[in-house]
Amino acid sequence: MSDTPPEDIDLNSLNDEELVQQMHDDLYDGLKEEIEEAVHILLKRGWMPYRVLTEALVEGMRIVGIDFRDGILFVPEVLLAANAMKGGMVILRPLLAETGAPRLGKMVIGTVKGDIHDIGKNLVGMMMEGAGFDVIDIGINNPVEDYLAALEEHEPDILGMSALLTTTMPYMKVVIETMKEKGIRENYIVLVGGAPLNEEFAEAIGADAYCRDAAVAVETAKELIARKHNQMASA
Amino acid sequence: MADPAAPTLLIACGALAREVLALIERNGWGDRLRLTCLPAELHNYPRKIPDAVRARIHRARADGFERIFLLYGDCGTGGLLDAVLAEEGVERIEGPHCYSFFSGNEAFAANADEDVTSFFLTDFLARHFDKLIWEGLKLHKHEELLPLYFGNYERIVYIAQEHSEELQRRAEEIAARLNLAYEFRPVGYGDLESTLAGTAAQ
Repeated sequence: MSDTPPEDIDLNSLNDEELVQQMHDDLYDGLKEEIEEAVHILLKRGWMPYRVLTEALVEGMRIVGIDFRDGILFVPEVLLAANAMKGGMVILRPLLAETGAPRLGKMVIGTVKGDIHDIGKNLVGMMMEGAGFDVIDIGINNPVEDYLAALEEHEPDILGMSALLTTTMPYMKVVIETMKEKGIRENYIVLVGGAPLNEEFAEAIGADAYCRDAAVAVETAKELIARKHNQMASA
Repeated sequence: MADPAAPTLLIACGALAREVLALIERNGWGDRLRLTCLPAELHNYPRKIPDAVRARIHRARADGFERIFLLYGDCGTGGLLDAVLAEEGVERIEGPHCYSFFSGNEAFAANADEDVTSFFLTDFLARHFDKLIWEGLKLHKHEELLPLYFGNYERIVYIAQEHSEELQRRAEEIAARLNLAYEFRPVGYGDLESTLAGTAAQ
């Protein structure tokens, strides 16, 4: 992200390809108003909302995600980019519902009991929504009862749990063990994430996968949903 | 076999430097304990801590230190720091982070439910909040991010090591800037002092 002020560009003067490229740059620089303006321009030009979402916003955030993973961008820059994407999503969300954009599945996501950190969880939720998942965010500091109630009410394909603290991440095992006791563990794909977690931890507590960032969460969710559908088809 | 007269090298987070030096001086542990620190900024990048600690342990051994003790909590490394220490045969102070061992690990754990929505300031953080937190999180340029970082917190808890009216005033100002309630807890050095006493006595 550059600290120098961006050039004043007339977004209307750009052709579609240039505008989408500019949106990727503006997302990278966290320019919310520019993103909102560009979304309106593409919609006026007849783009379907789903195409604006995937080609401009999700692709732009994918680039941000890669540079975050590579240590080029850090949390503040990602938050600014996410804030800009959120501005676009607010415009697109009602239109996506109207135009019947493809849905890949449903996810319940929440931060575990004792933990109020939600930056990572919110990024995952936004990127999952952008990828075509219905996301039910149950917030922070969730005891196992809240997770179970949300699973029963919303019947999702995926349960996502997040923790930032070394002291709270073991609670994920409490949730998974309770799901096993109730005989419902196998009904869901369980994804876990958070800064202090790793693959070994996810395996040890019986999650289906550890997702190190929002982009990995989306790819993992797509892969495991497809695998589940294949298993159901062959059963 | 380590020379019993040789001092122990403490490898500490830079956020503890002032406090550790104060304890060494106050207790006359200068012959028994030496101190080296890693940058406090690692607090914002916990994934970098295990490798940084391993490198400093290797350097300390190359410098001839046989006894090494680490002054870091787990500090968000999710057990990776402890894995490095197990490989290197080095022990560390108990506790998940400095807020816990300054408060006393038992007392901190007992208050865990009540403190879920507390953001802790130590003397170091009260002193360096602007540089490490405010600028580190880019809030000096993007105050609109404030609710994203601090929206779920309800209060600032200043767990003070030294009695300083200046730091209390700063901590209160930070709470006001973040629009959070303020609580002052003069906890002192907690488990840090007793741990150092044990290390110095070895």
